Amino acid sequence: MTIKGKAYIAGAFEHPTRLAKDKSVAQLHAESAAGALRDAGLTKDDVDGYFCAGDAPGLGPLGMADYMNLKLKHLDSTDVGGCSYISHVSHAAQAIAMGKCKVALITLAGRPRSEGHSGATPRMRGADAPDTQWEFPLGIATVNAYAMVAARHMYEFGTTSEQLAWVKVAASHHAQHNPHAMLRDVVTVEQVVNSPLIATPLHRLDCCVVSDGGGALVVVHPDIAKTLKRPMIKVLGAGESMKGQMGGAVDLTYSAAVRSGPMAFSEAGVKPSDIKYASIYDSFTITVVVQLEDLGFCEKGKGGAFVADGNLISGVGKLPFNTDGGGLCNNHPANRGGITKVIEAVRQARGEAHPAVQVKNADLVLAHGTGGLLGSRHGGATLILERE
Amino acid sequence: MAGKERAIPAPGVNPETEVFWNAAKEGKFLLRSCDDCGKSHWYPRAVCPHCLSEKTSWHEHKGGGTIYSVSVMARAPEVYAVAYVTLDGGPTMMTNIVDCDFSTLKIGQKVKLVFKPTQGEGAPPFPMFTPA
Ligand SMILES: [Zn+2]
Repeated sequence: MTIKGKAYIAGAFEHPTRLAKDKSVAQLHAESAAGALRDAGLTKDDVDGYFCAGDAPGLGPLGMADYMNLKLKHLDSTDVGGCSYISHVSHAAQAIAMGKCKVALITLAGRPRSEGHSGATPRMRGADAPDTQWEFPLGIATVNAYAMVAARHMYEFGTTSEQLAWVKVAASHHAQHNPHAMLRDVVTVEQVVNSPLIATPLHRLDCCVVSDGGGALVVVHPDIAKTLKRPMIKVLGAGESMKGQMGGAVDLTYSAAVRSGPMAFSEAGVKPSDIKYASIYDSFTITVVVQLEDLGFCEKGKGGAFVADGNLISGVGKLPFNTDGGGLCNNHPANRGGITKVIEAVRQARGEAHPAVQVKNADLVLAHGTGGLLGSRHGGATLILERE
Repeated sequence: MAGKERAIPAPGVNPETEVFWNAAKEGKFLLRSCDDCGKSHWYPRAVCPHCLSEKTSWHEHKGGGTIYSVSVMARAPEVYAVAYVTLDGGPTMMTNIVDCDFSTLKIGQKVKLVFKPTQGEGAPPFPMFTPA
């Protein structure tokens, strides 16, 4: 059993807002859904599967499914943080392959910018979560959890702040062409390493933006994909996993991508060097370096050297990444960057990215994300797509 | 020395963990280890995360360790350091490094346990570390 070729991404939509003081979260979900269905050439009544995660207001998928008045045969609200929506594409393909639904809608939306939620504030992830009493009092936030990964990576492999900065520099080169991006100025390595230290060794410009917004995807059965006027973007392979503290055998040098990546590549029947474009979750610069290593784009420990000197810049380097500007410059709606990773990968595969950053013949693309905290416990999801 | 200290929220004690926190009030640092596989673990659980055995028990640990990783929240209202500390002969635990010059902290540095008070009447102190 495989999902290879059993489903296609027919609709993808990124909400243009980055500051939505005048909208509700439910409204942003629904507007994103409408955008993705329009993009696919489908309507609400075609939807028979719905997927969302913890950003959706209400009990699991029920609140938003009822808001949009969907008639469903399949529901899934798997929440593994910011990469949930990458998993949802895989789950939608599984459901479609099993005959449970034919048109699956995935939505994400949130207003962390309007509501003042950033990654520097410790956040309780459920008072009854087994780790909460041991970690919440320590002031563990998003940024210092990732910063501990960066500190260890530097200690073990000699990775430098300048190398990490190249990730941001590459994202900024792409964001200059995106009229919706929050940060459109091209930055230099010097600007990144001279920006204020937030959580050592991470600087302000090592961190992603905080933005309001949303996004949606429509995953369909091959029979439906053939009737639509959009390019055929096939789900080729997927993998998902998680990694935690392993009972105290903590190892911050690698991520769940060491498991999700090989599963996705094996299912797709391709290897990292075949990939023409990669969307890599960039909550922080270090996130990209660790994931690239774990996905096999370079050797473990060599990620710093791999990302340096513009290697991630479209038209310049070997592996064009996050050509929308990513979470570092463009958008990080709901503090969850998974869906925008898939959306830009779909744009690239369709040949609909901005002409200045469109990768030539991007017929094989990858999206990978990390959810939760790389420094404590996190999900990982990998998706490989092919244009037919 | 550091500036103004961060107020530490009290841990949410539950029946599975109250022995640990009661011992902490007496200045004792307990580790949970498995009677079946013999391994200790962190954070403490009634069920062993290495083999899922329900036969686990508390043992006192002297509180020595080494910094595995550390990050200083440089722009927080009260600067503080989160860290992972690998306990001598034991697991690696998330903690804070306190009572020190944060700019001198290094991975590989030896540290020793210090219990720091948490907020609230009768709340247990939290196990943290300071350079040895
Ligand atoms: Zn055991």
